[in-house]
Amino acid sequence: MAFDPRVVRQDFPIFERTIREGKRLVYLDSGATSQKPNSVIEAESNFYRMHNAAVHRGAHQLAEEATDAYEGARATVAKFLGGGVDEIIFTKSATESLNLLAYAFSNGGSDNRFNLTSADRIVVTEMEHHANLIPWQQLAKRSGAELAWFAVTPDGRLDLSNLAEMITPNTKVVSLTHQSNVLGTVNPLAAIVARAHEVGAVVVLDACQSVPHMPVNVKDLDIDFLAFSGHKTVGPTGIGVLWGRAELLKDLPPFLFGGSMIESVTMTDAIWAPSPRRHEAGVPNMAQAVGLAAALDYLTAIGMDEIYAHEQKLGAYLLKRLQEIPGVNLVGPLTMNDRGAVASFTLGDIHPHDLGQFLDSQGIAVRTGHHCAWPLTRKLGVQATTRASLYLYNDEEDVDALIEGILGAQKYFGDK
Amino acid sequence: MQLDSLYQEVILDHYKRPQHKGLAATYDAQVHHVNPSCGDEITLNVALDDDKVAAITWDGVGCSISQASVSILSDLLLGKSIAEADLVLNNFTELMQSKGTMVGDDAILEDAVAMAGVSKFPARIKCALLGWMAYKDAVVQAQAKL
Repeated sequence: MAFDPRVVRQDFPIFERTIREGKRLVYLDSGATSQKPNSVIEAESNFYRMHNAAVHRGAHQLAEEATDAYEGARATVAKFLGGGVDEIIFTKSATESLNLLAYAFSNGGSDNRFNLTSADRIVVTEMEHHANLIPWQQLAKRSGAELAWFAVTPDGRLDLSNLAEMITPNTKVVSLTHQSNVLGTVNPLAAIVARAHEVGAVVVLDACQSVPHMPVNVKDLDIDFLAFSGHKTVGPTGIGVLWGRAELLKDLPPFLFGGSMIESVTMTDAIWAPSPRRHEAGVPNMAQAVGLAAALDYLTAIGMDEIYAHEQKLGAYLLKRLQEIPGVNLVGPLTMNDRGAVASFTLGDIHPHDLGQFLDSQGIAVRTGHHCAWPLTRKLGVQATTRASLYLYNDEEDVDALIEGILGAQKYFGDK
Repeated sequence: MQLDSLYQEVILDHYKRPQHKGLAATYDAQVHHVNPSCGDEITLNVALDDDKVAAITWDGVGCSISQASVSILSDLLLGKSIAEADLVLNNFTELMQSKGTMVGDDAILEDAVAMAGVSKFPARIKCALLGWMAYKDAVVQAQAKL
């Protein structure tokens, strides 16, 4: 059956409601969080209704069922990413995934392979979301390692002209976003990964904006760690994923200590359980993991290739329509070449917050501000932007509504 | 349209023709306040003459609400005693927290009653208060120097 966003929309109950005095909901903020299909809402609530018990403990049927559901979710995530089941760590968010990793690096003592010193370098990029900048910035401060970053070019790409000088022989970590949450830019990984591995550095990928929108296979990308969040992937909030290569995870020290993550404990010492349990202290977010599995099943049934193709086409339409409006200034690449379906822009003298407010009055949901990437917006010389981000349930009608809304805002604020 | 209750003419007037914008060279205290969720910024200078607000000047970038609000404030509090200005400030803060249940006392708030509609839009209350919090901070610092 041909992909049809209007049919997809029927799976998402939120589109049945109206906004601001009866307006149709035009949801263009999936880059912040996606809406949820019935199957996800059902899977999460069904866990509570039928199977709720603490996983990995308890000598009863419910505990068995809960453990099966939770571990089944792990297998679903592994398959979705092309990784091993024991390589999937559940966290509460992608932010936690990245923090877990950065804290674990400094938690193993001087003989641990991840330990950093002032002789080492951490490389990030200027287009990182705060969640993939601050954990590394602070790790650099804790460890004494040097923080370096790839600059962003005026057209919103990474400046890789100095690749070999940036990823120096003493570089231990290269952490970057797969797709910028502001610019939409999809970063070229092959050359970066090759250089990083040449010097023995690990590559960490913030895939929050790519995993929901395109096929992502960790083996094909040849990366070492990957983080994504459930709630941007039509899944529940409160669940994130950290994937890591098994041969790295076996040496990665824990960040959170507590129940479930140990092999044995005495009053003075503890021995860690193998990964992934080592990195999942406490009773995990079980219902949310099950909901995430339902989300990935939902996306898989539609097909990530189909979703990607749809968004590429719709993204091109969005860029074309926006560029027809005098006063719209797009930040980021102007074509869909290595780019996702998200557009951040300014509109003449109309402040993004005022534009966002006007669009909201028309039922159109967008994001305004610096999008948790303050260093990037500073570099681009804009105080704030308005961002429209598309997903599988959006169609040309939604883009048309946005364009109408922008024209309306120009009239509203211009005439007054 | 409900939007009109937010974007009162007075607000858009102040936004387009801001009062006391441009920082004076002399002042008793200078503060810089930022709204970290949207990036709006205001720098505000205050000069006191005993217990009187002798000068308020400011510069900033931000949405119409944040910029109009600081413009209104600079007009309104100028020449008042610190105690009188405090009364206005408290009155305005209360209005902003009223969730649309108050219309504001125009004898006290004058142009600032136009901001009443903002209190119905939770995301914008911080915009409206940005300049007022900057003023409050600046006066405390200026008084400490007296």
